[in-house]
Amino acid sequence: MRIWKFEHNVDTDQIIPAEYLTTGDAKKLAAHAFAKARPEFSKEVKEGDVIVAGENFGCGSSREHAPRALLGAGISCVIARSFARIFFRNSINIGLHLIEADVFDKIEEGDEIEINFEAGVIKNFTKEEEYKFKPLPEFMQKLLDSGGLINYIIKQK
Amino acid sequence: MMPTIAEKILREKAGKGEKVEAGEILECEVDYIMVNDITGVPAFEVLDELELDEELKKELVVVIQDHYVPNKDVDSAEQAKALRDYARKYGIKNYFEVGKGICHQVMIEEGFAAPGRLIIGADSHTCSYGALGAFSTGIGSTEAAAAMATGRLWFKVPTTQKFVIDGELKQYVMGKDIILHIIGDIGVSGSLYKSQEFYGTAIEKLSLSDRITISNMAVEAGAKAGIIPPDEKVFEFLNGRVRGEYKPVYADGPESEYEEVFEYNASEIVPTVAKPFSPDNTAPASELDVPIDQAYLGSCTNGRIEDLRVAAAILMGKKISPDVRMIVVPASKRVLEQALEEGLIKIFLAADAFVCGPTCGACLGGHMGVLASGECCISTTNRNFIGRMGHKDSEVYLANPAVVAASALKGRIIDPRELEI
Ligand code: SF4
Repeated sequence: MRIWKFEHNVDTDQIIPAEYLTTGDAKKLAAHAFAKARPEFSKEVKEGDVIVAGENFGCGSSREHAPRALLGAGISCVIARSFARIFFRNSINIGLHLIEADVFDKIEEGDEIEINFEAGVIKNFTKEEEYKFKPLPEFMQKLLDSGGLINYIIKQK
Repeated sequence: MMPTIAEKILREKAGKGEKVEAGEILECEVDYIMVNDITGVPAFEVLDELELDEELKKELVVVIQDHYVPNKDVDSAEQAKALRDYARKYGIKNYFEVGKGICHQVMIEEGFAAPGRLIIGADSHTCSYGALGAFSTGIGSTEAAAAMATGRLWFKVPTTQKFVIDGELKQYVMGKDIILHIIGDIGVSGSLYKSQEFYGTAIEKLSLSDRITISNMAVEAGAKAGIIPPDEKVFEFLNGRVRGEYKPVYADGPESEYEEVFEYNASEIVPTVAKPFSPDNTAPASELDVPIDQAYLGSCTNGRIEDLRVAAAILMGKKISPDVRMIVVPASKRVLEQALEEGLIKIFLAADAFVCGPTCGACLGGHMGVLASGECCISTTNRNFIGRMGHKDSEVYLANPAVVAASALKGRIIDPRELEI
């Protein structure tokens, strides 16, 4: 898992600019992920890569297109100091893993890491370090395990 | 026991008699679910996947075409058509076609928003209805679909911050300046996951329109909701307009139950501008001297009749700077009609502004006023992120309608009070 590092307050306009919001398709959206902020992202991102950012990741517009674009790009998890709440909800509800952890100063662009969600441990192979994080509340973990809110509802029916 | 408005509404909607704690996750009944032309289609696609045995809760659903309409290109036309088709397929009666207005203005004007209600919308500025004492908040398309299917959604009970603004506002200082001042103070993550409540003599004196501006921008500080206790102004506005019954909800706990209390003196707040590229990057308008290419008056933040009046009073009998194009977009058909009646549209046209029917348009860099590289816009909207209104190398400064109108006349950002000197 390779790291893509971002700053604080990454807004959803950066993740997926408004002019590409004419589709909800994750793969199509992924082709324009970070089109203005980091044009190389959509070309170089690989299945399983991880985003690390500072505070308030995903602020701004409520567009679910943002986490969909990241999911479509193959991002397996976003680790941030904090998330904007609508982005947080959207991600959990569509099955994109998020970790709230203060590793902004520890993990660098290009680092290779591995995440154990159950144990709440991030292993950084590049730095040979380990960081702990607090797993999500039980209800949200249940949503993620079901593959998102819709599958959860279907299972409950 | 149950101090904040947010907690009380969520408790009530969860059918819980006892105290709820901040951080608790509740499943609540929602009053309305709003989607627009961007967020609606993905929601209905999810609903299709769900293959409901029962009908969806269609009387709760409100569908509004406002973002890329009238359609800016073939893709957006397909999207709007898909939404129209879905609304027909699922029998949605609360459907608002192109030209009715910007979703939040329509939700308020058409009597969906009311005190004590729990309203969700697949648009981040759904928090606007807090100005009427509702708990309203932005959600995503998937959860909008889930709520349409079940009438319910999960919520984490937020902690609440109290903002008290006392005193008299100076001339040309509006609700916009109050909220920009607060966001400048607490930052764009200052209210993350939290609910805001607004009190004080300055808030009580504000028009409902200015209160809506404040609640609208609550999300710009990361807040889940921005609630103002409803008063006579709200009840009067709803009279003859509101759909169904409503029950106002007020906070009744001691001050200490709030997570934080912030106090501001209204007389110290000046016409304020948020510089690129963040709504918390604020400065007094008088300290800026930035040349502008475009002045934008509109959006769910400041596109109401009260906003148009303020701008028209400044523009009356004058021409905007030849270096500036001014774009005026009333937030709804009703606002446009009223502006026509009051002669405001004439004033804008005589000043050489461009006026068009209601749409989100340029507010999100969609169409009808997109910026080229290197261009600068003073705007009454709510966001000034990189590329928000167009090219990634364009800039947006956020301000109230008076500052935007005055700046359009001068060709540079100024404090409207300077016009009189
Ligand atoms: S006017 Fe702007 S902020 Fe308001 S709903 Fe439309 S795009 Fe969003």
